[in-house]
Amino acid sequence: MSARDNILSKVRRSLGAAGDDPQRRATVKTRIADAAPGLIPARGQLPSEERVKLFCYYAEKYGATTARIASIEGLPGEVSRYLKSRNLPASVRMGSDPLLAAAHFESEPVLTVLTGASDGNDLAGVSHAQAGVAESGTLVLASGPDNPVTINFLPEHHIVAVKAEDIGGSLEEAFARVTATYGKGEMPRTVNFVTGPSRSGDIEQKIIMGAHGPRALHIVIVD
Amino acid sequence: MQITTPQFKENATRAIQDASLQKALKNVETGFIAKRLAATDALPEFDALRDNARDIKNHTLAHLDLYLEEYEKKVTASGGHVHFAETAEEARAIILDICRKRNAKSVTKGKSMITEEIGLNDFFEKNGIQPVETDLGEYIIQLRGETPSHIIAPAVHLNKDQIESDFRRVHTHLPAGRDLSEHEALLNEARQVLRKRYFEADVGVTGANFLIAETGSSVIVTNEGNGDLTQTLGKCHVVVASIEKVVPTLNDCAQILRLLARSATGQDMSVYTTFSTGPKRAEDPDGPEEYHVVLLDNGRTAMLGTEFQEMLRCIRGACMNHCPVYHAVGGHAYGAVYPGPMGAVLTPSLSGIEVGGNLPNASTFCGRCESVCPMRIPLPKMMRHWREREFEKHLQPTAARYGLKVWAFFAKRPKLYRAAVSVAMPLLSALGGSKRRIHSLPLAGGWTRHREMPAPEGKTFLQAWAERQATGAGR
Repeated sequence: MSARDNILSKVRRSLGAAGDDPQRRATVKTRIADAAPGLIPARGQLPSEERVKLFCYYAEKYGATTARIASIEGLPGEVSRYLKSRNLPASVRMGSDPLLAAAHFESEPVLTVLTGASDGNDLAGVSHAQAGVAESGTLVLASGPDNPVTINFLPEHHIVAVKAEDIGGSLEEAFARVTATYGKGEMPRTVNFVTGPSRSGDIEQKIIMGAHGPRALHIVIVD
Repeated sequence: MQITTPQFKENATRAIQDASLQKALKNVETGFIAKRLAATDALPEFDALRDNARDIKNHTLAHLDLYLEEYEKKVTASGGHVHFAETAEEARAIILDICRKRNAKSVTKGKSMITEEIGLNDFFEKNGIQPVETDLGEYIIQLRGETPSHIIAPAVHLNKDQIESDFRRVHTHLPAGRDLSEHEALLNEARQVLRKRYFEADVGVTGANFLIAETGSSVIVTNEGNGDLTQTLGKCHVVVASIEKVVPTLNDCAQILRLLARSATGQDMSVYTTFSTGPKRAEDPDGPEEYHVVLLDNGRTAMLGTEFQEMLRCIRGACMNHCPVYHAVGGHAYGAVYPGPMGAVLTPSLSGIEVGGNLPNASTFCGRCESVCPMRIPLPKMMRHWREREFEKHLQPTAARYGLKVWAFFAKRPKLYRAAVSVAMPLLSALGGSKRRIHSLPLAGGWTRHREMPAPEGKTFLQAWAERQATGAGR
């Protein structure tokens, strides 16, 4: 018998259950098919404007900065402003995500835009988060041909655009968005839930920003 | 790792006398507890979520075989590979085989307790593969040749100066005169050194906080981002997880995620919660080309269906942070992979009662661990079960067994017990003198050598109870 069969039969023996018990199988199938949400805290169920406010509150509590722009065309200007305010060179790395493409970065000629995955030499990266989670100030970034994961972790500064309408109340809403895009039970290779910039408390419990991932996270909310 | 649990008493004595360790342990006592309390107070639904999380895991464990099958199906469908390992040895062999096929020389590692459990680093080194721990705390203890003393803060037993001298000893390529006096400087140096390692690695190994049957995803929860760089930049991502990590759905995972970070570090969410499903897709610009999951049993199936089944709900949350024994002796004294109350239950379960049987005795039964456990695991009850088994197996020292038998003799004879107590109590009370403290006591030297025993005062419980009944108070 294989290790797999041994383990599964040991589980069954310990539980006193039969593997082919149709009742148990049906219970499991139904549970996965229904995938019912559990308890959603009240603070994860606010109306839209309060939701965005709560999202900003928690994102900032965990060390992110936030800005709000009226439309996606405002993104290149906001990125420039951020880089300048931090004394950073006018250069960013980004994927070819449609929302970022619609921002028309060519409108900001001083800004150099490098596309594709990061090789670790970029000081700043720009991403599009498919969703936000108000209850904890969390961004949800899904990998794909236009959204390299390396941009989420390698640049020192991570600038993330998220549409106000994509900021949901709860983790469950974020999962529902992922499911709506990729299909029930399907996921892209990587989904990153990001709450603030990278940090470590491993030396004497003192929290320091910028452990291995970005030292700073700037969230741009797009109306 | 080298299990030193049978020497727990000697380990604990050494830990209590270690001034530098005692200084470092203060950080646990003051840091974690207040942070958890603030986070849980801010979420009124926290206790209701604990009930849900307990129910989710109970349901999953009752159908564990079937959820593992569903999970395996989804991983395979997304292009990944699932390997089952009954023992640590099998798991190591599977991982080595994956590495050999890729001709791996260097393997980066995200923080994981399970690779400690299977002793992966030593095994890699013996087989000519360089393991690189990338979590800051794990990196520090790897440089020192130590094991983690805390499951989420592996280097919590160290002070800053010790870390500085380790960095100076190992990072000899950097200027000797550099300033490493601040926490930030130490972190920056580690960041700089490890950045290169991610790119050089052939394989990245991570653990998993959850496995999702609905989607075939593995989930890691981290603050540094090292686990993400490990799995994204390594050409092959190997996940090592024990079988009980599976949960049915994403929504079930959400319930437990709300408890995990709040309980462990006091955050509403950890910085990175990452869902990984299969290898990179054909059009993806980055990510691993291969994705493997090694599912480890190593004693868990033997816990199912026993009084220790509930321990398999554990998500490695808060117990050690709140444990007075852990605060006093730190993690290394436990001499095994999992310290604190969770270790006191898990170590005898996974390594046998002969090895871990004395850990359940290292408890004051104050019950704090159970009161903060995000998964509502009755840890004291389980430690009590282990104590019973130890007694049945005649594993305790003769004096303890003899003492218990004497006590049992009296306890089973209430009149005699009361008579003995009515003689003994005034005597002990007199021994206490005006300070009401007893400095030394025959047969209790082990206690009084290190501390004074408070002398009994007032009436015995039974006397007080009888009076209370007679006056009708408290009815």
